[in-house]
Amino acid sequence: MALHFDIKKNPTKAYTSFALLAVVAVAFPFIAANFGNSWVRIIDFALLYIMLALGLNIVVGFAGLLDLGYIAFYAVGAYTTALLASPQFAVVLESFVNQYPPIGNFLMTVFGPEIAQNGIHLSVWLIVPIAAAVAAFFGALLGAPTLKLRGDYLAIVTLGFGEIIRIFLNNLNGPVNITNGPQGINMIEPIRIFGVSLAGEAGSMATIQIGGFSIPSVNAYYFLFLALCIGIVLVTSRLQHSRLGRAWVAIREDEIAAKAMGINTRNVKLLAFSMGASFGGISGSMFAAFQGFVSPESFTLMESIIILAMVVLGGMGHIPGVILGSIILAALPEVLRHVVEPVQKLLFGHVIIDAEILRQLLYGLAMVLIMLNRPAGLWPAPKHEDRPDADIDKPERATGVVAA
Amino acid sequence: MSEQIILKIAGVNKRFGGLQALSNVNIEIAKGQIYGLIGPNGAGKTTFFNVITGLYQPDTGSFELAGKPYSPSAPHEVAKAGIARTFQNIRLFSEMTALENVMVGRHVRTHQGVLGAIFRYKAARKEEQEIRDRAMELLDFVGIAKFADRTSRHLSYGDQRRLEIARALATDPQLLALDEPAAGMNATEKLGLRELLVKIKGEGKTILLIEHDVKLMMGLCDRLTVLDYGKPIAEGLPAEIQKNPAVIEAYLGGGH
Amino acid sequence: MDTLIQQIINGLVLGSMYALIALGYTMVYGVLSLINFAHGEVLMIGAMVGLTVLKIMQTAAPDMPGIFKLVIAIAAAIPVCVIVNVLIERVAYRRLRNAPRLAPLITAIGIGILLQTFAMMIWGRSPLPFPQVMSSEPIHIGGALISQTQVMLLVLAVIAMLGLVFLIEKTKMGRAMRATSENPRVAGLMGVDANKVIVATFAIGAALAAVAGVMWGANYSSAQFAMGFLPGLKAFSAAVLGGIGNIYGAMLGGILLGVIESLGAGYIGDLTGGFLGSHYQDIFAFVVLIIVLTLRPSGIMGERVADRA
Repeated sequence: MALHFDIKKNPTKAYTSFALLAVVAVAFPFIAANFGNSWVRIIDFALLYIMLALGLNIVVGFAGLLDLGYIAFYAVGAYTTALLASPQFAVVLESFVNQYPPIGNFLMTVFGPEIAQNGIHLSVWLIVPIAAAVAAFFGALLGAPTLKLRGDYLAIVTLGFGEIIRIFLNNLNGPVNITNGPQGINMIEPIRIFGVSLAGEAGSMATIQIGGFSIPSVNAYYFLFLALCIGIVLVTSRLQHSRLGRAWVAIREDEIAAKAMGINTRNVKLLAFSMGASFGGISGSMFAAFQGFVSPESFTLMESIIILAMVVLGGMGHIPGVILGSIILAALPEVLRHVVEPVQKLLFGHVIIDAEILRQLLYGLAMVLIMLNRPAGLWPAPKHEDRPDADIDKPERATGVVAA
Repeated sequence: MSEQIILKIAGVNKRFGGLQALSNVNIEIAKGQIYGLIGPNGAGKTTFFNVITGLYQPDTGSFELAGKPYSPSAPHEVAKAGIARTFQNIRLFSEMTALENVMVGRHVRTHQGVLGAIFRYKAARKEEQEIRDRAMELLDFVGIAKFADRTSRHLSYGDQRRLEIARALATDPQLLALDEPAAGMNATEKLGLRELLVKIKGEGKTILLIEHDVKLMMGLCDRLTVLDYGKPIAEGLPAEIQKNPAVIEAYLGGGH
Repeated sequence: MDTLIQQIINGLVLGSMYALIALGYTMVYGVLSLINFAHGEVLMIGAMVGLTVLKIMQTAAPDMPGIFKLVIAIAAAIPVCVIVNVLIERVAYRRLRNAPRLAPLITAIGIGILLQTFAMMIWGRSPLPFPQVMSSEPIHIGGALISQTQVMLLVLAVIAMLGLVFLIEKTKMGRAMRATSENPRVAGLMGVDANKVIVATFAIGAALAAVAGVMWGANYSSAQFAMGFLPGLKAFSAAVLGGIGNIYGAMLGGILLGVIESLGAGYIGDLTGGFLGSHYQDIFAFVVLIIVLTLRPSGIMGERVADRA
């Protein structure tokens, strides 16, 4: 790879690579704007996926825990935001009053008439930490029963939890209406930073006016999500190269040896679940505010699998690899859609393989081909011996029985 | 006799279904000793190790480390109390470097958590540097400092064994419990291992050792216990053990 | 009381389908220590093929008795499912036998997605109506109703399970499968070709799933590309409940789970004071799974040995 990110071994090269990336990242929306806003929107969603993949990377990549229900934390973050930034909470209170008057009336006194009328509307600075915390809590909750389970079983149980969450979201509209069932919750407030709404004011055609400048809403969200991504990259990178990160890898490599070395595997695993979940929650929170509505359809098993595919395709445990995998699997289907459908129309007169099918084919093929041919991913962590400046002689051949 | 007793285990019984794996096993190890546990294959030596380090739950038994009772209920608690072990089949963290393996050994004596990892304030950075320095020290102590950055999977067999010992030492144990550290080694490597163990003893560490190489054990250990079919059949100085008729019979298989 | 009998009947029908699917999971787990994540999709393929064949026969041979049509549909579905499952083993699992645990799992998930996608391409996205070939005149049993289709399904399930028991207990291949499941190395030393056994295991599991797939389509009168995933998961839970690796356990677990789910869906409203309704039915299997794995991982009839240090 031409890009080098190892600050310790080669600072100049590393910083140059970062600078290059920074330029591309900042310039992108302005260039893409020439082709229409949809491309920036696509990358906005890709950035959300990157955040998710980085979060899942902690659980699967670092700690080696195959979580197939990760989307549940995205959902938790999204719905928490929906309840705290839309009129929905008023509906919740009302339905409590109707169904369970004692509880309902008590809640009314706690929350007051203002909220009973309009719902809760907290600022983004409060909502994001709350969403992260709620998601982290669920991470520990859902992780707790899985601590003694081995790979396959862990996967299925986490899958089950993901489905349970989705089923609850889909059905908690009766007897009391909390999630509004299959219709979902809409009218979620867009993000407001220092009084400026990132969705633009009404009637501005999704454009923000600051001073004399105008910037499309999707671009504003782009920079916000980019900043969050960078933050998450920094945090996960620091976690990776720390005592906790080593403990995660130790558990992944050999749990019994890890325990024998004094690692409290139960707590360390719970931390992996919680931290991973919290990033899912943050991403979910952004999603809810960006899209303006949430519904259970966005949180299916397929989504969990897609995020897993991103981590696996890119290189489990290797942060740059995971980002690469995310970009490929998030953006490529859209690129293909813009290419493949017109081509088919040209050749066959109509679309045989539509974009949705193409997308799924891509995910399935990605997982199968990578696992069969390049299980470490497209961009795995460079082996220590492969570094050009490694100051060791050639690896010796083992002299005796190979360790089990 | 002001010898401090580091490990005092009494009355350990362990049954697996129909098999009585350990019957009333006792062991007392004084500080600074190299104590050997020998016996024919299947005698229960590794089972005993697994019991005292918390991998298996004993049916009965009392467990004391440096005069304080400890509960062998969870391996990480045992490590925290002060017993560090190696494994018969070498359990290194294969994808980590040698240095990282030993750094993991420091986990139990350090405490930086999530906040320290993310924010890297001064105390956290200091601890991380200490971990790294101590790990390098230990790699040097066991003689593989030059392989610090090599993936542990790529080390030679003998060096992997040394690495496992370094990692165990990193936990600052009161007792170092080694499960067949010489298995699969040739004569030269065994000599090197012997030197290392003597060196560790010289630092004041106490060692409990399982081994099959009787000659090595007799030359190295201060005292030994012999197990056969889960029962202790002899205990004492090497010279006594060698002459003990029950021991000879157990090994030569009279009437098994 | 009427409801109780009705729920139990529904539960038995549901359970017999779960049992057939669970057998596929448990047999593969017995020989490879691996969960075939794509098994639910094999079920779906069975249903879709069965549907297509039935539709053809409705027009080609409208007067043929319904029973024969069903049997022919199943007979057509079986080879397709067998080929698919055997291919999965060859392409994905065989090459990854010595890979780290996550690899075959992830590959299987990928294959499951591919199978769903192919089904989507061939049969479209929307649920398709499953041709009703039996008379819709229900039979009355003590105040409850059972459709002729359901009776047929129960009979088929029993025949399939009996056939499997005969195979396992009385034939050479069955002995080989049992031996490999207990101790592959020793079985190999005794002359058992592990690969042949594994292929046979996948084939038999697929055949059972084919039967279950056609049954499922017939019972619920519809089939769709996404129909396999949930039943697959639930059947896996059933296999765990009964004791993974144990064939009788899978049958027992399947039927038990079907009854639990049916009764649960029927009575959950009463049990929770109206807070949870029958649409939470799907959760039961997961709850059972979690409880079993937490409290008694070896299941009802299982005796897997714990990992040694």
